[in-house]
Amino acid sequence: MVKVVDGRLVEHPILKFNRGKEVTIYFNGKPIKAYEGETVAAALYASGVRIFSRSFRWHRPRGFFCAIGKCSACMMEVDGIPNVRTCKVYVRDGMQIKTQSGFPNAEKDFFGVMDKLIDRIFPHGSQYTKFNNKIFREMLISRLRSFAGFGNAPKVEFSGNADYEEIECDVLVIGGGPAGMSAAINAGKYGAKVLLIDENPNLGGQLVKQTHRFFGSAKHRAGTRGIKIAKILEEELRKIPNVDIRLETKAFGIYGKIVGAVEKSKLLRIIPKKIVVVTGAYERTLIFENNDLPGVYGAGGVQTLMNVYGIKPGNRGLIVGSGNVGLILSYQLLQAGVEVAAIVEAMPRIGGYFVHAAKVRRLGVPIYVRHTIIRAIGKDHVRGAVIAQLDDKWRPIPGSEKKIDCDFICVAVGLSPTHELLYQAGCKMKFVPELGGLVPLRTKFNETSVEGIYVAGDVAGIEEATSAIMNGRIAGIHAVIALGLGGEMAKKELKESLRDLEEFRAGPFGERIICGIEKCILAKEVEI
Amino acid sequence: MKYLERGYAELDELPPFPSEERLKKKPVAYIECPQPIPCSPCYEACPANAIKMENINDPPVVNYEKCTGCMNCIRVCPGLAIFMLRLREDGKGEVTLQYELLPWLKKGDKVELLNRKGEVVGIGIVNWVLPPERNDQTSLVRVEMDTKLIYEVRAVRKVKE
Repeated sequence: MVKVVDGRLVEHPILKFNRGKEVTIYFNGKPIKAYEGETVAAALYASGVRIFSRSFRWHRPRGFFCAIGKCSACMMEVDGIPNVRTCKVYVRDGMQIKTQSGFPNAEKDFFGVMDKLIDRIFPHGSQYTKFNNKIFREMLISRLRSFAGFGNAPKVEFSGNADYEEIECDVLVIGGGPAGMSAAINAGKYGAKVLLIDENPNLGGQLVKQTHRFFGSAKHRAGTRGIKIAKILEEELRKIPNVDIRLETKAFGIYGKIVGAVEKSKLLRIIPKKIVVVTGAYERTLIFENNDLPGVYGAGGVQTLMNVYGIKPGNRGLIVGSGNVGLILSYQLLQAGVEVAAIVEAMPRIGGYFVHAAKVRRLGVPIYVRHTIIRAIGKDHVRGAVIAQLDDKWRPIPGSEKKIDCDFICVAVGLSPTHELLYQAGCKMKFVPELGGLVPLRTKFNETSVEGIYVAGDVAGIEEATSAIMNGRIAGIHAVIALGLGGEMAKKELKESLRDLEEFRAGPFGERIICGIEKCILAKEVEI
Repeated sequence: MKYLERGYAELDELPPFPSEERLKKKPVAYIECPQPIPCSPCYEACPANAIKMENINDPPVVNYEKCTGCMNCIRVCPGLAIFMLRLREDGKGEVTLQYELLPWLKKGDKVELLNRKGEVVGIGIVNWVLPPERNDQTSLVRVEMDTKLIYEVRAVRKVKE
């Protein structure tokens, strides 16, 4: 068994957790032990907190879901600032954290009774129609809004420095994951002035939690673990002097030739010649009864908790979805000493690589294909789940229900591209199921319909890290060629990188991607 | 592709085993990787040119006569799909497999032998270990067992004391 102290893994077959200094944070006034380098949400989870907020209408308990700052279920008031995503904020000694929905707090919420009553007394939308008196109605609506628990504005005025900086660059890369780092490296090495921004405090995107060895060919770092690939790319990137890296920096909009971003508390006005948008993806959820119960997590959220912060997510998990994410997560859970109750898959066959399935199956994890989860069981936290077999028309077969004992459920049913920035910038978008949702139209060099905006990685279509690195390379090199840099060398490398990607996608797994890309390829061919 | 409905492959979905004669000579790599996926580290690692793969998406095919049992491929396989098989002269069989779980195994440890479905089919003894720190945290473990078990044992678990 793997040794666990205070909810934290102290050993792991692959990873070493170097925890910082011990600090004390206060959660609703109660002191909690944490270590520097942990996020608030991770520290709270390790100390046993499972309810992070309450839903605003029914006051149902909510736990975290994604752990990477996308789902908003972990928002709390931190040191007086409301609506802080606690999964993105690092602990500091003496930090005051308060839940902001529920009375007296989210964990013990008297308004939880709403879950039982509200639909009977105030059906949905009735606050607008039930009362004829306008003054009374408006008062009620304003009361309801504050009751919903979106936090209270700070009472003190902001006293810090509101800085502002204008940056001009050749290539702006938005996102520091595998595709972004690859784009920045390849644009930077041909002499372009590159600015790379990422909202996280570290580079690597989701590679930082991939403990498994990657597939592909040795040329593309196959056989190397994802965590190491992140380090290799970062080292390569930091060696290039004309690449400026800004972490904890969020881009909030592309306005013609100007990009607005916030670096910590400083406003950035960035004027790039080319933009590479590599914002990645977020996890999808699944509709089933009680799917909002704390303990129903995104697969990536569990990976973050376990592989980045070394926190044991639970004792026994159920995995919904048998794509590579679900299969790899199952294996990672076993490595962290967590039991895996089962993997359920609605399709008639396993979606991910067979070898990933085989390595958990041979360790005794049952895989149920043509099964789905019907409901999660539990009052304030998952205590089990019910799964059932599906018929040919995807309906649960009555009588086939099975109760699964588990204390958390991982939803690994795929990702959707984080497309908002592209949409806002005016790129032509198309819904392509093969690529995971709404994706931009692009040329074969990854340029979108808006000239000078490139895409790569999951935001261009859900695939995986190796092809994200290849696509980042294509976007980065094409951007420098379009800027008149790089010369013949760059043109030669661009051709080579297109050929590598084609070869990589030649198998049955690439077929689906190619089919999806055909639907959103722009006819506009740019001469190189 | 029935193996994708089960999560494990039956014998008729796997490549033929090396002959008993070959298995007695020296260890040989047996690869359980029937699905076309874009992956080729084993092919690139093989110094004897014993693994055939025309395209990165082709499943590897081992030429058992060319294989020298050097274990370069099993060290790098990201899918944990390669097993070194051997029949010893003293009537025992040996399977070498990749192992990435805690507790780490040591020479002399008693282990439960698991088949492709995770069922315990016997007890074996670890007789050689490549420690994890010498192979990027993937340890190699050679386990001694009954001869007929080498065709089905694909994982091991330390016996609880």
